[in-house]
Amino acid sequence: MNLPVRDGLALELINVVKEYPGEPPVRALASVSLEVQHGELAAIVGPSGSGKSTLLHIIGTLDRPTSGIVRVAGVDTSEMSDRQLSGVRSHLIGFVFQSFFLLEGMTAIDNVANGLLYRGKSLTDRRDAAAEALRRVGLGQRLTHTPAQMSGGERQRVAIARAIVNRPSIVLADEPTGNLDSRSGEAVMDLLRELHTEGRTILIITHDRELAASLPRRVSMRDGSIESVELAPPVSVGAGQ
Amino acid sequence: MSVATATYRSRLRASDILRVGALGLRTRRLRTGLSTLGVAIGIAAMVGVLGLSASSREELQTRIRALGTNLLEVQAGQGFGRGNQTLPADAVKMVSRIGPVTAVSSIATVSATVRRTDAISEGINGGITVFAADSGLLTTLNATLADGQWLDPATSTYPAVVLGSVAAQKLGIVDVGDELRVRIGDNWFAVIGILNPVAAAEGLDRGAIIGIAAAETYVVGDDIAPERIYVRTQEGAIDSVRAVLPPTVNPETPEEVEATRPSDALAAEDAASTAFTSLFLGLGAVALLVGGIGIANVMVIAVIERRSEIGLRRALGATKAHIRRQFLTEAVLLAGAGGVVGVGLGAAVTAIYSSTKHWKVVVPPIAIGGGVIAALAIGAIAGLYPAARAARLPPTEALRGN
Repeated sequence: MNLPVRDGLALELINVVKEYPGEPPVRALASVSLEVQHGELAAIVGPSGSGKSTLLHIIGTLDRPTSGIVRVAGVDTSEMSDRQLSGVRSHLIGFVFQSFFLLEGMTAIDNVANGLLYRGKSLTDRRDAAAEALRRVGLGQRLTHTPAQMSGGERQRVAIARAIVNRPSIVLADEPTGNLDSRSGEAVMDLLRELHTEGRTILIITHDRELAASLPRRVSMRDGSIESVELAPPVSVGAGQ
Repeated sequence: MSVATATYRSRLRASDILRVGALGLRTRRLRTGLSTLGVAIGIAAMVGVLGLSASSREELQTRIRALGTNLLEVQAGQGFGRGNQTLPADAVKMVSRIGPVTAVSSIATVSATVRRTDAISEGINGGITVFAADSGLLTTLNATLADGQWLDPATSTYPAVVLGSVAAQKLGIVDVGDELRVRIGDNWFAVIGILNPVAAAEGLDRGAIIGIAAAETYVVGDDIAPERIYVRTQEGAIDSVRAVLPPTVNPETPEEVEATRPSDALAAEDAASTAFTSLFLGLGAVALLVGGIGIANVMVIAVIERRSEIGLRRALGATKAHIRRQFLTEAVLLAGAGGVVGVGLGAAVTAIYSSTKHWKVVVPPIAIGGGVIAALAIGAIAGLYPAARAARLPPTEALRGN
């Protein structure tokens, strides 16, 4: 898969605040600023309640910040309508969820093709791209299998194929190994690292510090703020790859 | 590539809306079948009612046509303790002088029994009535013969008899054989003809018809006065003829003469069945409404159950409108399938019932088209709220609770 060459930042957050209404209002994110370069593999790590899920939703344009600026591939999404945000998601963002979210009763290839469904492409084009993406994640032999016929690790790989089939600017993986045994989890992480080396931008949201430690860059969250940003020591990066 | 200025839009092809809408039906077949059944029963009831009423109406129209709307029947009024009254003897002659009258003839009942042999007791009449009729009756009533011939001026004076269809059956006579005789009263009568069922005067089907002169000579031994007169008029003159009939038949006491139009009874039957049709249509509509509520219910459940699917689709770039269209399409397909099945069922019911009644099967096209359209409309209405609810669901909430 050839990836478009991209200038600038894959993601840029400036002073993002998210408050949920209430008495008193609940502040889920307190002035978060973050930059992610194209081609980066980074982890957002933190305990539950640290605001990382809210951050994921805002980066993924599934939710809007109360204030601040969110730019995905240079596109400012802060003032966009719900419909425009849908357009951004269909073109620029790929999601990988903890519980896969594959549609039962649909084959692997059709599940992956759904990643292009809302791009208005023809079914043939979608299936061609889906087959290519499935081969890329090592499931070329499983095109017509349904989720029920696959293991958890295979299902998550189908979900990853779906996330990359629209060639997004950024892949957001929310606890991608959370529902997997350690072996399948490791295989999924290896796949994500491989995709990273091909130039894809991948952001992994996890509470697992050990998993985060194996990634080149870690953004630690606590109480709605970024606690620290660390780059992995060269040794660790080398060992990870 | 300057992505900052590019606009990104979500698009969903029309063919994909259909495909996505059908997905939920394919993956939940039992539920699809059951909720389709609800609408199917409603539509089937309505199509069946319309089909049956159209078929029975067609049958009535056929009978009215056979009868002719220009036939009048004249009888002596029955009231104030009088028995079967007779009309004046010269009534037929008088009526035939009315200008627009094209044919007129009379019949009278004769008190006698009809038997195959004289070995049967005279008390057993087998439910067959003996009528004395003039030779014009056949044409006046538009009646036809199944076999043999009708009474002519010659055979009217001889002991000859024409049997009604039911009477012939009761006597075990299927055709007019050589020297076939029946005993009427104390004399043998030759069977010269068998009638087809007579629409205008169903009493004749159970009758044995002999000439007036023959009845006077061989059975009664006295003059016979007409009891009932059948009158054919020119088309359009029916009401004016009807008005003058009583004074013509009985100038002294016209109020004792009743002139009726047999086709009116069938027309009234037709009107009565129309009233019933509306009633049953109403019941069908209630069934359809219940079916629609069933679909709305199933769709609301589907939206709750498929929250994560909705969330996923939003994450993949579906707009609110795409989600709304998906669930609306699903509801319309669900109801539409019910409509098609219901129309088929209703038509089948009509065909089966009509064929047992030997009616011509008529399923009005409006019932077929209307049935499917009504089902689609019900589906659209039933899907409106669930679809709006699905579309309103915020993506973050839809993706939660996994």
